[in-house]
Amino acid sequence: MKHWSVPHSKYLIMDKFQIVTGIVVPLDRANVDTDAIIPKQFLKSIKRTGFGQNLFDEWRYLDHGEPGMDASQRQLNPDFVLNQPRYQSARILLARDNFGCGSSREHAPWALQDYGFKVIIAPSFADIFFNNCFKIGLLPIVLNGNILDQLFREVNETEGYTLTVDLQEQVLTTPAGERVEFSVDTFRKHCLLNGLDDIGLTLQHADKIREFEQKRRKQQPWLFV
Amino acid sequence: MQTLYDKLWDQHLVHTESNAPDSMALLYIDRHLVHEVTSPQAFESLKLAGRKPWRVNSILAVADHNVPTSGRDFGINDPVSRLQVDTLDKNCDELGITEFKMRDVRQGIVHVIGPEQGATLPGMTVVCGDSHTSTHGAFACLAFGIGTSEVEHVLATQCLLTSKSKTMRIAVEGKLGLGVTAKDIALAIIGRIGTAGGTGYAIEFTGDAIRSLSMEGRMTLCNMAIEAGARAGMIAVDDTTIEYIKGRPFAPQGGLWEQAVAYWRTLHSDTDAVFDKTVSLEAAGIRPQVTWGTSPEMVTTIDGCVPDPAGVTDQGKRQNIEQALKYMGLQPNTPIQSIALDKIFIGSCTNSRIEDLRAAAKVIKGRRVASTIKLALVVPGSGLVKQQAEQEGLDKIFTAAGFEWREPGCSMCLAMNDDRLSKGERCASTSNRNFEGRQGPGGRTHLVSPVMAAAAAVAGHFVDVNELDAPRMP
Repeated sequence: MKHWSVPHSKYLIMDKFQIVTGIVVPLDRANVDTDAIIPKQFLKSIKRTGFGQNLFDEWRYLDHGEPGMDASQRQLNPDFVLNQPRYQSARILLARDNFGCGSSREHAPWALQDYGFKVIIAPSFADIFFNNCFKIGLLPIVLNGNILDQLFREVNETEGYTLTVDLQEQVLTTPAGERVEFSVDTFRKHCLLNGLDDIGLTLQHADKIREFEQKRRKQQPWLFV
Repeated sequence: MQTLYDKLWDQHLVHTESNAPDSMALLYIDRHLVHEVTSPQAFESLKLAGRKPWRVNSILAVADHNVPTSGRDFGINDPVSRLQVDTLDKNCDELGITEFKMRDVRQGIVHVIGPEQGATLPGMTVVCGDSHTSTHGAFACLAFGIGTSEVEHVLATQCLLTSKSKTMRIAVEGKLGLGVTAKDIALAIIGRIGTAGGTGYAIEFTGDAIRSLSMEGRMTLCNMAIEAGARAGMIAVDDTTIEYIKGRPFAPQGGLWEQAVAYWRTLHSDTDAVFDKTVSLEAAGIRPQVTWGTSPEMVTTIDGCVPDPAGVTDQGKRQNIEQALKYMGLQPNTPIQSIALDKIFIGSCTNSRIEDLRAAAKVIKGRRVASTIKLALVVPGSGLVKQQAEQEGLDKIFTAAGFEWREPGCSMCLAMNDDRLSKGERCASTSNRNFEGRQGPGGRTHLVSPVMAAAAAVAGHFVDVNELDAPRMP
């Protein structure tokens, strides 16, 4: 880790990922795609913020949403899990297989984060979505199906169910005190814990990149015409 | 002995901390394609941080998602869409980035224009803030979609911070049947391995059925690799690849061409290369495919029926099917051929190239779109595809049949412009995703090949293109 790990104020960009304790909301559905997470009409924004009110827009509201609508005037779908009173102010989303499949839109993690989520737990994630989450300080955790089934069951049975996620220790703790370990890439963990900007980190290797580029220019000059 | 993926990886590796699997590495990026939807925030942050693009001439930009496909002379109606396109224009002008603007004949869908211009060349790493960047793997490129933070990272550093994928070989051997296309191969593969089947893998497509595909067909197939969950799909270089590239505006010329071709010829997996996983399909067994649900893996053949969830024991899978059928407004056991359609869409980065239009026009020629179809659209992938098609008279064939002939863009694949389905409308679409609301809120999408979309337009319902018996006018 020696080259990557220079926590210098210059490279701080995201909020540091602290221990998260929060209400858990269960989204019991496989293959939740990025079109469902944030429908395309909201992708026209040129900003990074404000997507939370349109998270899961087509499931969350009964009327059709367009950019610029006042969310407080819209009709909520009472059957959608995020709208149920017991899950208000949830910070942790429980999901099923292949969460975040589909497009590369970072607007999907932006919307989840803007809504208030800090952690998404699923048995599997789509690759691009998974990468995008780490880039903005949202933690995707992969847990095996059996543990996930248990968590879904416990959340459904217990109103006010919370989990505590400790990234440093790579452990989540249930209200009953049960500890579940999870794995996470070392470099990504380091960036998340320290709120590091990976562009700044990469630019520490600028000389190496230039050297590589010179070599490539010589070997494959047609790429630089 | 190396796979094609391993060769491409090694060629671009700038720095890595360790050789452990999943360890993060810096990969050099040769070509950065940019469009209006996933770039504004990246340009903004770049500026705020006081940074500039590392290598401006590695970037090619185009607006495709928001552009209207008709009435372009009047500009973009929707002010929000207009601002996004204007923002791209402004960013490119300020930074000196090559951009094909909306009225440029070279404008089109980013994954169509890259190869068309020769801006996509074998052996390159190609990235774009768009998941269908896998398309460019058809040229033995390592090509994948990235998020906006990564767009900014590549702009600033010319590198992507990523980890190595596992490798999967999908071998399709034998000869494809009549009326069976690259799109059907793609959907058959996704039906077999599922939409998460390729997660964590880079897929290489091999076999004589793949080698016999045109570059257009190979692009269709690699385009859909992402729908199988794989970030990248790729195909080795052969004569077909080199023939396609020759003479294109951004392609090397003269001595550089010979030098490049010599290198490109090495871009294949070594014969004894080991893949982490291998899947085999018989080309002859692939029938024309039609999706019935809200995920590309929910697919069957033209002679099939909508599944019955009652027969599915796994509770999760049963619920998925029930939810999909409810959304799609379909009853279990309905024969695919009896499903009537409201709209037809021929276009998208999957199927809007000249070969796609020729194949669809061949089916349409002398026939009429069924009176029950409310709208049948052809949206060419680029201004140059459109021009070529018009020179061949394809536009006349489509319009005489009742199709609308439009300007290039992403259009009704994702309905960010005005082309969309209304609630409950059912569409035969040559695009890549049948997700809920993808083509418009409440819209119902069935993914098919261009010839199957054309046949459905004529019949008003799905029909095997080989059995379409509607008479042709002289």
